[in-house]
Amino acid sequence: MAQVLSAVGLDCERDDRHLFRDLSFDVSGGEILHLTGPNGSGKTTLLRRLVGISSVVEGVVTWFPNSPESTGEPCEKIWYIAHRPAVTLLQSPLENMAYALALHGIRVAESVVWDALDTVGLRGFEDVPSHQLSAGQQRRVALARLYLPLEPDRVRAWVLDEPLTALDVEATERLKARIIEFARAGGSVIMTSHHGLDSETVRTLALGGGS
Amino acid sequence: MTLLPLLSSVFRREMQLAYRRRSDLANPLLFFLIVVVLFPLGVTPDMAKLAEMAPGVLWVGALLANLLSLDLLFRSDYEDGSLEQMLLAALPPTSLVVCKVGVHWLVTGLPLTVMAPLLSVMLGLPGSALPLLMLTLALGTLSLSLIGGIGAALTVGLQKGGLLLTLLIMPLFVPVIIFGTGAVQAQVAGLPWLAQLAMLAAMTTGSLALAPLLTVAALRIAVGD
Repeated sequence: MAQVLSAVGLDCERDDRHLFRDLSFDVSGGEILHLTGPNGSGKTTLLRRLVGISSVVEGVVTWFPNSPESTGEPCEKIWYIAHRPAVTLLQSPLENMAYALALHGIRVAESVVWDALDTVGLRGFEDVPSHQLSAGQQRRVALARLYLPLEPDRVRAWVLDEPLTALDVEATERLKARIIEFARAGGSVIMTSHHGLDSETVRTLALGGGS
Repeated sequence: MTLLPLLSSVFRREMQLAYRRRSDLANPLLFFLIVVVLFPLGVTPDMAKLAEMAPGVLWVGALLANLLSLDLLFRSDYEDGSLEQMLLAALPPTSLVVCKVGVHWLVTGLPLTVMAPLLSVMLGLPGSALPLLMLTLALGTLSLSLIGGIGAALTVGLQKGGLLLTLLIMPLFVPVIIFGTGAVQAQVAGLPWLAQLAMLAAMTTGSLALAPLLTVAALRIAVGD
C-alpha cells in the first residue's frame, strides 16, 4: 500500500517538559494508527502538528510522500475532526454539514447528506439548531461526514481526536466498525482514543512515560 | 472544482449567522445613534457650530461603533473549532477571510453609512455634503473592517482581548479618519476634496490587498499556539 504520511524527528517541548522527542513514524494506506497515552501526553498536539496547525512541534511531516501530490501542508484529502468538533451551534446539523463539505470543496447530493445524518442517528434533528442538541448529538454532527459514501481517493486519511467521547455504546461500536471499514477500503486513520480498537490493521503508538 | 459556488455557500453561511446574531449587530448601530444624539445635548445646540463639527462627530461615532463589533469577528468560530477547519480548507483561507470581513462590513459598515444622513440632520450638516459623507463612510468603514480583522485575529486566542485589540488597532484607524473627515470638511468649506477622497480610496484598496494576508497569518498564530 502506498505511503500516506511520513513524520520524521518530531519533537515537542512544553513548559520545560519533553512531551515527545525524536518521534518518527509512517502511515500507509489501509492502516490505522492508534495513539495512546495518559492525559497531557501530547496526543492532541501531535495530531495538530500532523494536520499542520500547530507551531509548537518541530520536525518534518509529509503527506503522500513518493507521489506527485506530496505536500507538507494539510489538504482537502484529509478529514480532521478535532477535540472542538467545529459544530456551529447557531446552525442546524444540515447546515453544518453543508459548510464542512464546502470547505473541503466537496459537492454531493443533499439526499446523501440526509442519509449520513440518518446513519449517525440524527434523523428528525436535521433542522434543529445545534445548541438544542446534547453533547453526544453535537459530536455526531461532526462525525456524520465520516459516513458519506465518497470515492476512495477523494478523502484518503482521517485524523480523529478522541472521536469516541460522549458517544453511547451503540454509536461507539458503529464508529469503530466504520473506521475499520474505511481502512479496509484503503484509507488511513490516525486517531487518539482511550477505547481499544480490534482489527489486524491497527498499530498502536504509545506516547508519554518519558518515551 | 470551481471556487465561486463554494465561496457563495461560505458567504451564505456567514450571512445566516449574522442574521441569527442580529441582537449583537444592533449594538454598534445603537451606539452610533446614542453618540450622535447626545452630542448636541452635551456640547451646544447652536446649529452653525454643530455643522462645523458634524463630519468629525459622525466619523468618530462610526469608527467607535465599528471597533465595538470587531471583537466578535472570529470569536465564535475560534471557540467552536470552525476556525481550525477554515485554515485546513480546500479554499484559500484569504478568500474565507475576505468573505467574513465582507459580511462584517455589510452588517455594520453599510448600515452605519445608511444611518449617517438621518443623523446628520441632527447636527445641521448641509445636505450638499451628504453624498460625499456617505461615500467616505462606505469606503472608510470597509477599510476599518479589513484592518480591524487583523487585530481581531491577533487577539482571538486571548480570553479578554478587547482592550488589547483597541490598542493595537487604534493607530491604524487614525489615517482613515483623518482623510475621511478631511474630505467632508473640505467640501463643506468649499475647498477641493478630491485628494482626500483619493487617499481614502487608496487606503481601502491597499487594505483590501494586504489585510486578508495578514489576518490569515495572525489566525495561524492564534490557532497554532
